[in-house]
Amino acid sequence: MAIIFKPSPSLPPPTNSVGAVAWVKQNLLSSPLNVFLTLFSAYILYLLLPPVIQWGLIDATWTGESSQACKAAGGACWAFIGVYFEQFMYGLYPSEEVWRINLAVILLVLMVASFAIKTVNKLYLSIAIIVVYPVVAYILFAGGSFGLVVVETSNWGGLFLTTLLGVVGIVASFPLGVLLALGRRSNMPIAKSVCVVFIETIRAVPLITIMFMASVMIPLFLPEGLNFDKLMRVIIGITLFSAAYMAEVIRGGLQAIPKGQYEAADAMGLTYWQSMILVILPQALKLVIPGIVNTFIGLFKDTTLVYIVGMFDLLGRIQAATHDSNWLGTSVEGYAFAGFVYWAFCFGMSRYSMAVERKLETGHKRN
Amino acid sequence: MTEHNMALAQLEQGEKAIIEFNDLNKWYGDFHVLKNINFSVKSGERIVVCGPSGSGKSTMTRCINRLEEHQKGDLIVDGITMNDNLKNIEAIRKDVGMVFQHFNLFPHLTILENLTLAPIWVRKTPKKEAEEIAMHYLERVKIANQAAKFPGQLSGGQQQRVAIARGLCMKPRIMLFDEPTSALDPEMIKEVLDVMVQLAEEGMTMICVTHEMGFAKTVADRVVFMDAGEIVEANKPEEFFNNPQHDRTQNFLSQILNH
Repeated sequence: MAIIFKPSPSLPPPTNSVGAVAWVKQNLLSSPLNVFLTLFSAYILYLLLPPVIQWGLIDATWTGESSQACKAAGGACWAFIGVYFEQFMYGLYPSEEVWRINLAVILLVLMVASFAIKTVNKLYLSIAIIVVYPVVAYILFAGGSFGLVVVETSNWGGLFLTTLLGVVGIVASFPLGVLLALGRRSNMPIAKSVCVVFIETIRAVPLITIMFMASVMIPLFLPEGLNFDKLMRVIIGITLFSAAYMAEVIRGGLQAIPKGQYEAADAMGLTYWQSMILVILPQALKLVIPGIVNTFIGLFKDTTLVYIVGMFDLLGRIQAATHDSNWLGTSVEGYAFAGFVYWAFCFGMSRYSMAVERKLETGHKRN
Repeated sequence: MTEHNMALAQLEQGEKAIIEFNDLNKWYGDFHVLKNINFSVKSGERIVVCGPSGSGKSTMTRCINRLEEHQKGDLIVDGITMNDNLKNIEAIRKDVGMVFQHFNLFPHLTILENLTLAPIWVRKTPKKEAEEIAMHYLERVKIANQAAKFPGQLSGGQQQRVAIARGLCMKPRIMLFDEPTSALDPEMIKEVLDVMVQLAEEGMTMICVTHEMGFAKTVADRVVFMDAGEIVEANKPEEFFNNPQHDRTQNFLSQILNH
């Protein structure tokens, strides 16, 4: 008679390897060095945190008409942010027209949020966001039609301008970067060399130079009478700049895809564009999400350089406000506020990208 | 009479070759990988290609769907001469299925999506119909219950059976197998070979690069032995195994059969 094999039952892990106490033991106190580092970090926090809280919250002044109001308390002068808040958000956009910006933002949030609704057709929604929304947003921002008052782009500023440059730059540079990356790997000599020259040239030039070119030099070269908005030229400059970086990030992803994937797609009879869009890019882009988001975050912060060419984004507005004679000595508060807003945006992007990565995870390993 | 016998009968009536190599030559740089390949395959024929590694057997097979280009000579597949014409290449690829050593399933798509991709985009089959065809072939390779999973969640043998089903979904006239069992654990080789034997019995034209000599003996109409870029010997399996003509073939067979 055969001996019957029975697998032994699975047991729960021992209690000393799970729970909060075990976590502290494993992560904070696992060796003499770690005990020392934990205590040292706690000491540093003890030195840093209380004064910051004292300055920023307990002794802070929240209302007032000038920096004199803040003198007595000795803490942070948040009243300055309160007074200038609208300028920091919208620049010199007329107060009575600010609803247009708010409406555009609410529209965008609603449209993006409706991706979560199952019954909505994702394709139509994407087209609406990519094609219809920019037109609507432009009409709202610039005015001039549907009875809306014209607002010159030179009055656009603050966080509104920062976000506009960031979002347009990101949305436009991504597809351009994909095309450049594919072009650089293409077998067609002309397409390939155009892409290589473009990428290498743009990457070799600082963004400030490109900003100056866009705002000062291009108008010199354009024929008399032909000129377009400075904001537009700056957006194009930023887009081209970050597209070159994006292209190299994406090329890294394309190179990481095993040759077998290209061959399998070819062997099925898919055309070049079909195999790129259906097979290669979804995998390659997923691989380089960290790099792509890195470039996006870099781009978002680089938009502050428009200050150089006389546009006042969030940082520019804050710097200008600190020169107000009523509010002298408030630059620390201003920069702290700017830092917090940039941090919130960039941290948000980073968390979102991590969520996307987790959602796209499909298997234990690649073949 | 089984379908296979019918195919053989057609063969004997002198049906036209579906694949024809005429003096085909290929180089990788200076390296001459394929030397004067003259060979033809008739519709319904099952060919097993064997030989030591680096002998050019995979390269020859991959010329058939133009994954590799040849530099000299002619290759005619299903009446179409292979050249740089993209339309011809795409037309041939629709009719030639291929199974790879490393499966090459698309890891970002589910099993079902892997199978319906080419029918939907290349053959323009409606999605619902493509899914029905896909489920039919998944049942045939006995893996229909895994349709919603991703390739990374399947074993090697299961992945290779999915890859075979993926090839079949295009209703190809020719199936190419490039060492389909070489990357598998021993206990999974049989499940893949079973599917291939079943396919052979249904009369599919097959070119199979493999070291599975048992498979060659039972299934092949002809066994082709290649070495150093040349076809050394091509013969019916019983002749090939019992009475090899060339010393190189004898040598090879003694190495792979005696262990």
